[in-house]
Amino acid sequence: MAADSALLLGLVEEFVLGQQDRKAVDTATGKLKAGQFTILQLVEALGLHLTSSQPQTRGRGVQLLSNVLQECYGDLTEREVKVLIVFYENRLKDHYVITPHVIQGLKALTKCSVLPPGSAVSILKSLFQDIHVQSLMLAERSCVYNILIQLMESRESELKGLGADFVFGFVQSVDGERDPRNLLLAFHIARKIVHEGYDLGKFTEELFEVTSCYFPIDFSPPANDPHGITQEELVLALRVVLTGTPRFAEFLLPLIIEKLDSDVQSAKLDSLQTLTACASVYEHKDLAQFLPGLWASLRREVFQTASERVESAGLAAVGTLTACLSRSVLNSDSEDSLNVFLELVLKDCQHHLCEPDLKLVWPSAKLLQATSTASYRASHRVAAAVLPSLIEQYNSRTQCAQRRTLLEVLQGFVHPVTSSEEDESVLLDFRQSLCSIVFSALSESNADLQITSMRLLTALGQQTGLLLESDVELAVDHLTRLILEEGDPKVSLAVVECAGALARLHPAAFISKMVPRLKEEIFSGGLRSKAVRQRCVAALAAVSSRPSLVQESTPVLLQVLTSAHTGTGAFSLEEVISVCHSLQKIAEQAQDTEETGGVFHDVIPRLLGLALQAALQGSSGHCSPILEETVLSAMVPIISTTCARLQSRLAGQTASLAVSLFLDGDVSFLPENAFPTQIQLLKVSQSQMVCLLMGCVCWLPRTVEVPQMDRLLLELEELSCTCDHPLSYTSAAKCYAGLVNKSPAGEVLDSLIDRTLKRISTELDSASSPVRTQAFTLLLWVSKALLLRYHPLSTALTDKLFSLLSDPELGWLAADGFSLLMSDSPDVLNRGSHADVRIMYRQRFFTENSAKLVEGFNAAVQEKKSGYLKALSHIVNNLPRQVQLTELPALLPLLLEALSCPDQGVQVSTLSCLQPVLLDPPSALITQLEVLVGRTLALTTSPTMKVRIASLRCIHALSRFPEHEIMPFRARVLRALAAPLDDHKRVVRSEAAVARNEW
Amino acid sequence: MSGGARLENANPLIFQRTGERLQTANDEDEDVADPIDDREIFDLIRSINDPEHPLSLEELNVVEQVRVRVDDQENIVGVEFTPTIPHCSMATLIGLSIKVKLLRSLPERFKIDAHITPGTHASEDAVNKQLADKERVAAALENSQLLEVVNQCLISNARTG
Repeated sequence: MAADSALLLGLVEEFVLGQQDRKAVDTATGKLKAGQFTILQLVEALGLHLTSSQPQTRGRGVQLLSNVLQECYGDLTEREVKVLIVFYENRLKDHYVITPHVIQGLKALTKCSVLPPGSAVSILKSLFQDIHVQSLMLAERSCVYNILIQLMESRESELKGLGADFVFGFVQSVDGERDPRNLLLAFHIARKIVHEGYDLGKFTEELFEVTSCYFPIDFSPPANDPHGITQEELVLALRVVLTGTPRFAEFLLPLIIEKLDSDVQSAKLDSLQTLTACASVYEHKDLAQFLPGLWASLRREVFQTASERVESAGLAAVGTLTACLSRSVLNSDSEDSLNVFLELVLKDCQHHLCEPDLKLVWPSAKLLQATSTASYRASHRVAAAVLPSLIEQYNSRTQCAQRRTLLEVLQGFVHPVTSSEEDESVLLDFRQSLCSIVFSALSESNADLQITSMRLLTALGQQTGLLLESDVELAVDHLTRLILEEGDPKVSLAVVECAGALARLHPAAFISKMVPRLKEEIFSGGLRSKAVRQRCVAALAAVSSRPSLVQESTPVLLQVLTSAHTGTGAFSLEEVISVCHSLQKIAEQAQDTEETGGVFHDVIPRLLGLALQAALQGSSGHCSPILEETVLSAMVPIISTTCARLQSRLAGQTASLAVSLFLDGDVSFLPENAFPTQIQLLKVSQSQMVCLLMGCVCWLPRTVEVPQMDRLLLELEELSCTCDHPLSYTSAAKCYAGLVNKSPAGEVLDSLIDRTLKRISTELDSASSPVRTQAFTLLLWVSKALLLRYHPLSTALTDKLFSLLSDPELGWLAADGFSLLMSDSPDVLNRGSHADVRIMYRQRFFTENSAKLVEGFNAAVQEKKSGYLKALSHIVNNLPRQVQLTELPALLPLLLEALSCPDQGVQVSTLSCLQPVLLDPPSALITQLEVLVGRTLALTTSPTMKVRIASLRCIHALSRFPEHEIMPFRARVLRALAAPLDDHKRVVRSEAAVARNEW
Repeated sequence: MSGGARLENANPLIFQRTGERLQTANDEDEDVADPIDDREIFDLIRSINDPEHPLSLEELNVVEQVRVRVDDQENIVGVEFTPTIPHCSMATLIGLSIKVKLLRSLPERFKIDAHITPGTHASEDAVNKQLADKERVAAALENSQLLEVVNQCLISNARTG
């Protein structure tokens, strides 16, 4: 014990004399925590120093005590705390040298959980009384704020007992704070005061003044600011304080009105956002007296705005203001402030709506719409005031442009009124006239008018009760007429959209009216032009979103295919293809229900049957359009989308039927069973149908097992390696790859791949083999399948691909193959087809192989180098941007090399890869600027249009480099760009003009 | 545009924008030479911003396609523009912007002429004279402040394009 106290005395002595700092504190804390001595003993040991006549010595003493307390405030007893607090409170009155340490100590003590009752109040009282916070240093001020925050959290009720004195104390200590870090703390305290119901007493205005003097905050953090405080943080913290209580309203609103006059864009924005925030907590009586002033400022901001952000903030503010006013409960004696406000708005905006040519129509309409969306009452009021005049004007005006504007304004009013369940729509009164306007506009001949009226119709349709049954039927009639008669592509697009939206809500009318009419039109023979039939088919696809409609529309489309096949309908090839696209669209948008699944489950056999019939006939002379490759390729996505969506029972069924059809020639499930029994679809003559098989089996969900897998794979491999028909062998290779990608890992798969690889290698290695291209295609697809799922054998295959880059025949193909390897293919091996695609496989492939590529490039002979460059640019092109940026420095020399490569494909690909990178240039590029500018400028006179365009885009992107970097090149670039300005192609000229203007 | 500064014409007429030029098959064809036509010139100037409104010259009907004359063979481009009101003080600035935009976007062989549509501005002759004077245009563009204002008008507005 004696030894301990001697040690303690020694420590204290050393610390106070300044010989030791951290170590003394650490030792003392350690011993105290271990229970070797108490805090009382420490104080006793400090005794002499604490009472010393030298302020410095006293300061050191207090500092030691405070430091120790900071470490072990948790171990103190209530009695100790009480004594210490009294001591510290006394010390606050002491010499200013000591004050910082005293505050540190107090901060530690306030963290004690055993803080005796009443001490919080006494600490604060002495703090407020004895020190002037703003004359302290930054760190001490922050200490004081932290004490306040701490006490507010732990002793809330005691502080509230202090009443307004607490607020006053806070106001005094914050007044004049300048440091953003401390301001954040101060705003935090103020927010707590405001939100947690502290008594503001007569100091409301003072509290407001002391915080609002920072509004609007203009703070730009110094570069490389270590504290990371942003203007945004400060703005938000302050906004929460200012908008916290309605009691600030009388001070805040005038301030906002004043700041809205500011020229600074951010101040305006901040004011508007603050107004929006406070309107959502204030009540109408807080706002009432400022409404005229607020409205005047808001109107000015929206009417004369220069920036969209200010405008939308202003509109939002108008909206919340209205909503706030609408919430108010009316007393009998007060006037309805909502009405007052709406009067103001209407008075200023309404007359602008009567001048549909002038600029202010739009801001006025937006303001009115913002108020009417805010509440039911407001929308009622505004609609009653505005709609009749709009409707009347529409009927009296004759100019199309004016009527169109009026319609658009009307649409704005129809759209946002979201009435709750029990309120009936405000527009109900105007239903009749709105509908008649829409229908009259639909029968106009002006395209813009028709388009706008269809938008309005859609908006009306979205609201319950606005379109009666008869109106819907009339609308459908109009739409059908437009489909049949209007050739303008914009109008037909709008018709299709509108019909699609309405069909979702009112399928019955479309089934009874539109579908039969369109069907009739499609089969009416060659009288109508092709374009009409095209539009009919597109419209059928668009309306087929409900199962009931799908059931009606798909048979029509299938019938088209059948009659095209039999040659009765005189449908051209493009029409057949567009029918296929429509079927695919239906398959995509149909809601995934049992019903639609069923419909499409029947579609597959019919398509297969048609294709098979066509194929069989094809060999006997008659040529059906279904036989064309383009049609077959268009059929694939129908089948694949359907298969990908099928529920597992149906999917399994489909799979086994399709496989047995292709392997065994089992035709029993096809409709119109009139096929010869012995057909072998995987043999040469009908082989192109294999693409349909691919669409079917490769897109099934992974849970569905494909029967007879081994045999199927064997046949596919055989087909892909022997057939000489490009579509057939490619499809077979894709199908094979798709199945390999999904088959479970294991020895079976490994040996299968080994076998295939051997076969491929044999074919590839014999230079005279006639099927090298086929073998290469299979290799490419299988590599992709394995690469996607991170299969360990994929490296062997991709290495093979790399070695092919220097092949005289296949090198070029191989280079292009890399683009296929890295990009998503639409018809197989993508996520939609449930393939096994690991994330980041591109990055992985790149990191593993970029070195090989560079090596290969360096080793290759001159004329082979371009193949490597091409492969490289394909790979880099498909990488995500982040990776591109990090890898670029290493690859830049190669890419620049690629720019001077004579092959135009390489040039385009490299330029298109560079262009996005240039938009946000990494520093590595800047060092190479000279070469970059030189090479791209040279390419602007390339004989190929694409290269010229791409290089001009790059030069455009270059103009955004830091100014001091590009300055030296400016004159040179401007001179060089004069040449493409006179290019004989307009597209090139416009790119050049854009680029030159930027420079 | 603060509260105090009133606009000269606060509520101008607004006109509709035309859409993008449709791409034709000829545009894609390498071997067909496209002559510079009035639509192309119009496309260059229609997206110029008005100095006092956040609107393009096309929307304010200051420039119209019918008021653009081009002769590709003779290397002449003529643009007439119509100020929104006869006393518009911005007329010279608008003319200058059009001129600068065309100078920067057209091959050097063209002679560019921008002037006010006859009978639409109070001091038409004075403005036309200023714009036709090569020396004065060059001198105006030496003035960095003026150049800044012109560039503001010319900032390419891809969305309106």
